[in-house]
Parts: sequence; structure tokens; C-alpha cells
Amino acid sequence: MIFRSRELMIATIVIGIIAIAVLTGCKKKTNDPFPASGAIAGWEKTGDTRTFDAKNLYQYIDGDAEQYISAGVITTSTADYKYQGALEAVVDVHTMSAPGGAQKIFDTNRASDAKIVPLGDAGVALAQSVVFRKGPYLVRIVAYESTPATPQALLALAHGVEGKL
Amino acid sequence: MKDRRDFLKTALTGAVLLGTQAKLGLADVPTKPASLGHQDQYTHRIEPGKSRVVIARDPALHTSSGQLDEKRVLELLDRAIASYTGRDKPTDAWKHILPQAPDKVIGIKTNGLGGKGISSHAMLAFAIAERLQWAGIKPGNIIVWDRFARDLEACGFTINTDPSRVRCFGSDVSGFEDEPVAFGAAVNVKLSKILTRQCDMVIGLPILKDHSMAGVTFAMKNMYGVVQHPDQLHGGGCNPFVADLNCIPAIREKVRFTIGDAMTSVYDGGPGFHPERLWQPNALIIGEDRVALDTTAWQLLERKRSEAGLPTLEAAGRPPRYIATAADADHKLGFNKPEHINLVEI
Repeated sequence: MIFRSRELMIATIVIGIIAIAVLTGCKKKTNDPFPASGAIAGWEKTGDTRTFDAKNLYQYIDGDAEQYISAGVITTSTADYKYQGALEAVVDVHTMSAPGGAQKIFDTNRASDAKIVPLGDAGVALAQSVVFRKGPYLVRIVAYESTPATPQALLALAHGVEGKL
Repeated sequence: MKDRRDFLKTALTGAVLLGTQAKLGLADVPTKPASLGHQDQYTHRIEPGKSRVVIARDPALHTSSGQLDEKRVLELLDRAIASYTGRDKPTDAWKHILPQAPDKVIGIKTNGLGGKGISSHAMLAFAIAERLQWAGIKPGNIIVWDRFARDLEACGFTINTDPSRVRCFGSDVSGFEDEPVAFGAAVNVKLSKILTRQCDMVIGLPILKDHSMAGVTFAMKNMYGVVQHPDQLHGGGCNPFVADLNCIPAIREKVRFTIGDAMTSVYDGGPGFHPERLWQPNALIIGEDRVALDTTAWQLLERKRSEAGLPTLEAAGRPPRYIATAADADHKLGFNKPEHINLVEI
């Protein structure tokens, strides 16, 4: 390729690098919203991430799949975590086709006694769970037992996930 | 928990009444019922035209830390089976329930879709497997199974196909039949080969849950885990699909007993795990009549929802209509009217 000026060549290269960085960055964020072990204090990722598309989502959440499909789910990814080697939790990240889908699921399933927490576009917490939405993402984090440390530990993990969306 | 006297009274009553119909014991039922009528399928009746359902409870089933007490789970199972069969010794009771030939393969169909938090409890499956062995079933002739290995692992099982031990694997290992079967609206159903080729009899081990579409998931809905594509059976609140599916001969004929896990349950927001809606009924609900079992489980769930200030499932827009469908003249899977259910609570 022949460039008419050195400046034009540099500009082309810079734009190309930025484009690649943006595209690569977006792809990475979409594929991996799960914090690695140790990224959030006390939390260890204990299993592989499993991803389901709308067609096979029933394999993971049975009849619940229908409400996600009708709200435009594209994929659901899930991974198990453990806090300080004891408290087990699961993180589900539902990627919807549009923010409205995430909002629909969030509003439909919101427990009346849930506490509002500052996460994403909207977030709520209960003793053993945190749910929030951010753009087209709906995230649900659930612990399998209730301990005094559970609420804060879940919130910390939720912030970790939010930061990767 | 009711005291020992109450238990013996109930069990002995059952023994006397059942004693008058000893020839009707489940062990004497032909493998393939001659017809699909009510009268042919269900044998443990106090009186003709009624199905027996036992709810056995133990309020101390969970320890103070929220874990199940293994010893009490086994005792609860023994009490439930004793009451149901009228036989106090577990070995005698189980022999009464099982096919007579010792080389038969018995499946235990769990439900692990709810993940670690709300799935059939492995501890109960282990207790059943232990009692099956007491009754003479070889360990390798016992298969604990579900649709996927990961569902079983979620329940706390370790996958094992070694025939010298109790086996545990999913239909993803065995595969599904290539040839689809159908009944009514349940068409193009491909059944698990564990059901069709390996098991002579299946004991259903469902867990009681609220269900966002079906209303209730328990004995009959658990059969969604024996087909390759249950997603095709969820329309219309799963009605008539649940009833139709249970009418498919391999399911109707082989799934002959249910030990319903109501030790932990989710009364709203199901079928997934919602810790804020968890509930510990501390109960087993057992019997042969899957319709009577689901009717009983539905009532239990409604009572809990009422206590929690929640609307009925009807008001919530998801009544389990498939239960009445299963009892109708086209299906005849069992009884759903209270006057036809002999409910024994111990």
C-alpha cells in the first residue's frame, strides 16, 4: 500500500490498533464475565464456565427457561465459586438481546422484601442472593448457605462480575 | 414427630387391612398390567377405589446447622415404608414392594435440575439403595439415574458404571432411543435407554417444588427427566403433556413406586433454587398412585403458600391442571379426588 504521507500511514495504523483493541476487548468481556480465583478477596472459582444458548437452556434451568427465552435470552453462562474454602455459590450471567429483556426478568422476579443495592443499572440483595442488571446482562448470584459473612461476600463478588461486564 | 405408639397404631392398622388383601401385594402385580384402568394398577388400597398415600414426617430431620441427619433420614424412610406396606421390618416391607425375581434391575430416578440447593437428596437415594440391598437386590442391579451426569453430581453423587457396585449415571451415558414414541400431545418422545433397556422397575425420587409453568413438580413431572427433549413438553402449563407422557407404556408400567422427597422444598419461584423461598417440610410422601401423590403434594404446597401470604397457584395463573387431566377417563393414571385418596400421616 502506498501512503501519500507519513502522517496518513501513522493515522491508519493507530486506527487499526484501536479497532482491534476495541473488538478484542469487547469479545473478551462478552465471553468471560467471571472473576478468576483470587481476583475478589476470598473467592475461588471452583469449576469451568458452562454456557447454554436459548435452545438448550432448559438443560440448565428446566421450565424457568421459558421466561428467559420470551425475554430474549441469547446465552446463559454459569460458574461455581467458593468463599474462603467453605461458602459455596453459583453465578449466572444471562445475556439478553436488549436491556429491556434483562429489565423484564429483573422486575418480574424481584422479591418484595429485597434490599436495593448499588449495582449496575439496578440491583437487589437478600440474605443469600444478589441480582442485578447492567445493559443487556442479568446477573444472579446465589449462596447455598446463610452465614454472617454471606451478604457482604456476595456483594463483593457481584461487584467483581459487574466490573467485567 | 408422632410418638412410637401413634406410629405402631397406624402401621398395625395398615397391616390388618392389608392383610385382608395379601394377594394384591405389589410383588404380585404382573410386569405389564392387562389394562390401563384404575382398578388394575394400584394395589395397596385400604378399600377398593382408593389409593394410599403416606406422608411421614420428622421435625428433627435437619440438624441445628441445617444439614440432614443421616440416621433420621433412614428411620423416616423405614417408617414410611412400614406404614405403607403394613410390614414393620424394612426387609419384609421392601420385598413386598419389589418384583419377586432377585435379578431384576431397579432404577432410582432423581431430579437434580435444581442444582445443589434444591435437588433430590443423595442421602435419601443412598438410604433407598441400602434397603434395596437388604431386600436382596444386588448392588450392581441398582441404578441411580437422571438425564445428565451433572444433574446427578449436583445432587452429590459420584458417577459410577462399575457393575459390582450401585451404579449411577445419566442418560447422556446410556443414550436415548432412536425410535420416538407418543401418547396424545406428547409426540416425538425419545426415551432414555436406562428406562427402556436397563430397568425392570423404577422408583421415582422427585423433590417437591413450585414450578413457574406447571405449578407443582413432583411425581409425574419428574418423568420429564427421562426424555431427550423435555423443552417440547412445557406449553400450556405442561398440560396435557405431563399426563400424556406418563401414559407412555414404558413410563406407566415401569415407574411403579414413588418416594417423594419433601424434606426440603421451594414454595415459590421454582423450579430453580431460591434460598429465600426454601422450606423444610421434613417429610417423605410415598405411594404407587402418581396422581394421588401429586394431588397430596399440591395441597401441601398450597398450605405453605397460604401461610406465607402468597396467592394460590390458581390465582398466580399456574394451577397444575395436568393432575386432573391425568385422572380423567382418557388417562386413568390414578385418583385426584380426596374421597379416593387414603391419606395416612405419621
